[in-house]
Amino acid sequence: MAEANVAVKTLDKKELLRLYHEMALVRRLEEEAAHLYQQGKIGGFLHLYIGQEAVASGLLSVRRPEDHVLTAYRDHGVAIACGIEVKYVIAELLGKATGVSKGKGGSMHLADVRLNYWGGYAIVGSHLPLAAGIALADKYKGEPGVTICMFGDGATNIGYFHEALNLSMVWDLPVLWLCENNQYGMGTAVERASAVEEIRQKAEGYGMPNSRINGMDVLEVRGAAEEALGYVRENGTPYFLEVVTYRFQGHSIGDPERYRDKEEVDRWREADPIKIFRKHLIDTGAFSVDDLSIEEERVDQEVAEAVEFAEASPDPPPEALYENIYADS
Amino acid sequence: MAEITLIEGLRQGMDEELERDERVFIVGEDVGQRGGVFRATEGLYEKYGEDRIIDSPLAEDSIVGIGIGTALYGMRPICEIQFADFIYPAFNQIVSEAARMCYRSAGEWTVPMVIRVPYGGGIGGGLYHSQSVEAFFAHVPGLKVVVPSTPYDAKGLIKSSVRDPGPVIFLEPKRGYRLIRGEVPEDEEVLVPIGPARISRTGTDLSVFAYGMMHHYCLEAAERVAQEGINAEVIDLRTLKPVDRQTILASVAKTGRALIVHEDNLTGGYGAEIAAILAEEAFGDLDAPVRRLAGPDVPAMPYSHPFESWFMPDADRIAKAILELAAF
Repeated sequence: MAEANVAVKTLDKKELLRLYHEMALVRRLEEEAAHLYQQGKIGGFLHLYIGQEAVASGLLSVRRPEDHVLTAYRDHGVAIACGIEVKYVIAELLGKATGVSKGKGGSMHLADVRLNYWGGYAIVGSHLPLAAGIALADKYKGEPGVTICMFGDGATNIGYFHEALNLSMVWDLPVLWLCENNQYGMGTAVERASAVEEIRQKAEGYGMPNSRINGMDVLEVRGAAEEALGYVRENGTPYFLEVVTYRFQGHSIGDPERYRDKEEVDRWREADPIKIFRKHLIDTGAFSVDDLSIEEERVDQEVAEAVEFAEASPDPPPEALYENIYADS
Repeated sequence: MAEITLIEGLRQGMDEELERDERVFIVGEDVGQRGGVFRATEGLYEKYGEDRIIDSPLAEDSIVGIGIGTALYGMRPICEIQFADFIYPAFNQIVSEAARMCYRSAGEWTVPMVIRVPYGGGIGGGLYHSQSVEAFFAHVPGLKVVVPSTPYDAKGLIKSSVRDPGPVIFLEPKRGYRLIRGEVPEDEEVLVPIGPARISRTGTDLSVFAYGMMHHYCLEAAERVAQEGINAEVIDLRTLKPVDRQTILASVAKTGRALIVHEDNLTGGYGAEIAAILAEEAFGDLDAPVRRLAGPDVPAMPYSHPFESWFMPDADRIAKAILELAAF
């Protein structure tokens, strides 16, 4: 915590407020998404980021525009932190023509290459080799970007993970491997699926520098990410950052959560990253309760307007079904 | 004009594309220092260096996954899968990622990559070094599937595939690498477009559709039956996806009979698609049922030489099928 306090002092108030706004926005977006799902307006599967907001916001607050970002299917918060406007996210969740992928992608496949955000991926671990490829291309072209590849603890038990980590070391690729350890791979606890409980130990096996940090404190995440990205940038070689976090909701909507106790969830809710950060901002005198309440109202307003935009948007036209199958068509 | 082998045509094509565009690079197992297990990339490592001819770990899903990542970000990878039989670890990357990227991003991202895949039997490779995999990939929208059977087409199609804005599965009939020779001009650029089939022998009595090594056996069979007065038209499909429906339908409109030959096993094989096209669109032109001659429905090509020759259709069996069909 001492380190976090130092970070608060060195961050300007504008950035602190932006961080708070973004985390609150992601939370509000997810609550609204759950609501829209219950109303039957979002179909399929919905994986909420509630509880993990500090990870994406802390991490991506220190990325540079040339840094590439990829993540798994729990991607709404990452999309927002990469700069996609909330209205295009909600429009995509509703499958509208105005969505960020024009209704073809949906919840798990938000992306915007103009923001160097290469998307969410629904096949666990499948995007890790892609991230290594993007980093290889940067290296080949002599460009300065770092590829930030986010994935869950569950992905570290699949072959892609091991191949990609190995390759990134063998080929000296500028990748920040970021494991969001939310302690469950779907409904299976880490210790029931992974031979090591500290995921960072897997990076040790590849001789990759690594660390494990608390993911409920946005400033701690930000500080660690800054250091890790600095390492990759300076050395042109990978770094492994394990961020311990917790999802407050089920794996996806409709998950009966038989695999964990309510007490455990309640305990983690005490460490709510938004509450912690809010308290921090008030305790350090950076902002008053009123200041933050105004920000929260702005967030509510922003999400309400985004829902309005999405609901008023047209469905995709039927001819779009056959568009973009091939790059030249 | 120089006479070269199929693999030499391929190598020349890759060399020219590497020379032309520095975004092009090759990645695969032993493609660099060793020059490829079949020597398809021989000399390229020495010429272009280790940054462009990259030896990868033995991990096919990574070879393709890395390729996709670089292609998304503006490179032009040629990924080599050493044997078609080894492609399955990469199946997810090809089908779930490469083929869908353009679609899922509503046209915003493309994956200009070539996946080179030596395939097919006839080299005594046994169960895990002999398979044909075209039917799996021809089923997938978003992929193009190409199979050259001559040195000219190998060169011209690999060059077009490198320049294609999307993912191309490039199947190489490995038995023909050194067996098949042909003339390729040295003083002009050879480019063969993806898509059109080629009528390699014109005829009037029936149409024979094939690709890869089988195309050569079909030509041989057609010459044999010509001595018995049967004039077969032979068509080298060259591109399996998107397939050249026009050439197929025009040929059958002329001959009224169709034989499809492939070495992959019969059920659910690529020939079924050609048969379906003819059933749906050429019913009125047909004077006989569409006939397929293909590998048997056994799990893989067995090792011993007699097994292998029973598995693979050859000129004898093709000639017999032609005569039966002509007599229908």
